Amino acid sequence: MNYRRTYFILSCLAFGFAFLYLPILSMVVFSFNASKLVTVWDAAHSPTLKWYYALLSNEEILDAAWISLKVAVINASGAVILGTLAGFGLARFTQFRGRFTLNAMTTAPLVMPEVITGLSLLLLFVALEQSIGWPAGRGITTMTIAHMTFSMAYVTVVVQSRMATFDSALEEAAMDLGARPLKVFFVITLPIIFPAVLSGWLLAFTLSWDDLVISSFTSGPGSSTLPMVVFSKVRLGVSPEINVLATITISVVTMMIVGVSIWMSRAAKIEKAG
Amino acid sequence: MIRPGHLRKVGVSGRGLVVALPYLWLLLFFVVPFVIVLKISFSDIDLAIPPYKPLIEWIGKNSLAIKVNFNNYAFLFTDPLYIHAFLNSIKVAFISTLLCLIIGYPMAYGIARSTASTRNVLLLLVVLPFWTSLLLRVYAWIGLLKANGVINNVLIWFGVIHEPLTMLYTPFAMYVGIVYSYLPFLILPLYANLEKMDWQLLEAAEDLGCRPWQAFYKITLPLSRNGILAGSMLVFIPAVGEFVIPALLGGPNALMIGRVLWDEFFSNRAWPVASAVAILLLILLVPFMMWYQSVQARESAGAR
Repeated sequence: MNYRRTYFILSCLAFGFAFLYLPILSMVVFSFNASKLVTVWDAAHSPTLKWYYALLSNEEILDAAWISLKVAVINASGAVILGTLAGFGLARFTQFRGRFTLNAMTTAPLVMPEVITGLSLLLLFVALEQSIGWPAGRGITTMTIAHMTFSMAYVTVVVQSRMATFDSALEEAAMDLGARPLKVFFVITLPIIFPAVLSGWLLAFTLSWDDLVISSFTSGPGSSTLPMVVFSKVRLGVSPEINVLATITISVVTMMIVGVSIWMSRAAKIEKAG
Repeated sequence: MIRPGHLRKVGVSGRGLVVALPYLWLLLFFVVPFVIVLKISFSDIDLAIPPYKPLIEWIGKNSLAIKVNFNNYAFLFTDPLYIHAFLNSIKVAFISTLLCLIIGYPMAYGIARSTASTRNVLLLLVVLPFWTSLLLRVYAWIGLLKANGVINNVLIWFGVIHEPLTMLYTPFAMYVGIVYSYLPFLILPLYANLEKMDWQLLEAAEDLGCRPWQAFYKITLPLSRNGILAGSMLVFIPAVGEFVIPALLGGPNALMIGRVLWDEFFSNRAWPVASAVAILLLILLVPFMMWYQSVQARESAGAR
């Protein structure tokens, strides 16, 4: 390979990753800054954990985080069931009526602007409440349904692409040996695609935990999620507590992602060896 | 793939059940809502809860009145604000997609040409920001770009500038925010495409006397067309309707259609107008979504 081109590509990579990571790094650094001005380093009193204490005693943020956590967990579990079914169906059943529609319905939410999804779901909930009385008002239930609708599309993609790469001969062999389809799914298919299902769950959890726009449309009074509280704070400018929140989020996500990918690459090695 | 004999063993009813649940869910919560949005975009604004008048009404005995009202659409086309917002959103999304391509293509290329172990680490680094909240990552730029923010402080420290630059709440800040947030969406499909590339083609071209740049232009670029298209769609389509980034970084003059929809809905409580905006936005974006889907179908067909 041409040396000069390598050099060019390397500098592009370096620039790109610096662009992706410097903002994140700056939040981490300034979360330890004592000054309320956030980006002006107060060398005399920093580093300090004072904003960490402030965040952890901020009732508003803690309440919102609790609501976000509930919604995210229920959403992820529901979305994994729906998305695994859809991904499995799309990958294994190559011909059935409605396949095209199902494919379109699981691709569109990935690119649909959130304001449209949010508005349309809210109008649906209002119309449903008017005609059948359910859901009564808006809150955690409506938000969870809304989140499941867009996050199941992501789970579908993850599961579908995993299904496409594994050999269906294993399933066929089990069926030839007399196993019933349901048993084949739980004994053969599910263990093999489990890493994909797990990443689907984590992805659905994160999408829900981070969502601002769709939550704002579908939530009700008293059910503000963490992003909604953060958004209203951030609109007024920078706040040291948000840097702390960002640092905590980044640390948890990094540990989770690194852990899962190490586990998955190990699982892949075992699969290859066996 | 499962052969027909095995498919029959699975049984039609079992198969039906597997896909019926997600199918019905998406039908009810993804497709039906659009029908309702369409309906409400044709209704009158009302000072009530919910703030619109019904489209279909029983008047007296045995007579049904359907009142279709085009005022909301007429309003959108007469007030230059909305047309301007639409055009501006397309412009911003298009330029952001181009910028993402310029930054993301060499990165995807570099990752695809690394050794397997480096590649996994680099991919992880691309994916990681995507897992951390978009809101927090956009917020980080407020701290970097504001008048006494990190960038201005560093530039003043080095004596490059003497007065802080105004960067926050400008179009510049908005572009930075959009490119920053959507870059991983462009890199991943592009990488997936480049990873399948047969690099021997490039070597052959160079052996036959092609300059590296020529070989790139004649071989790599055309072969990665689907990856470029898929990645660009993943940036362009959501960016047109983006709300959070213009709201936080763009300042009061950043007219983006997603923000207009949001304000119509939350500030003006003009649900029918917001619905009409959503329908027009959808009409604009559906061709791109269909294009995206056909590109995806081609990509996965090529992979087999």
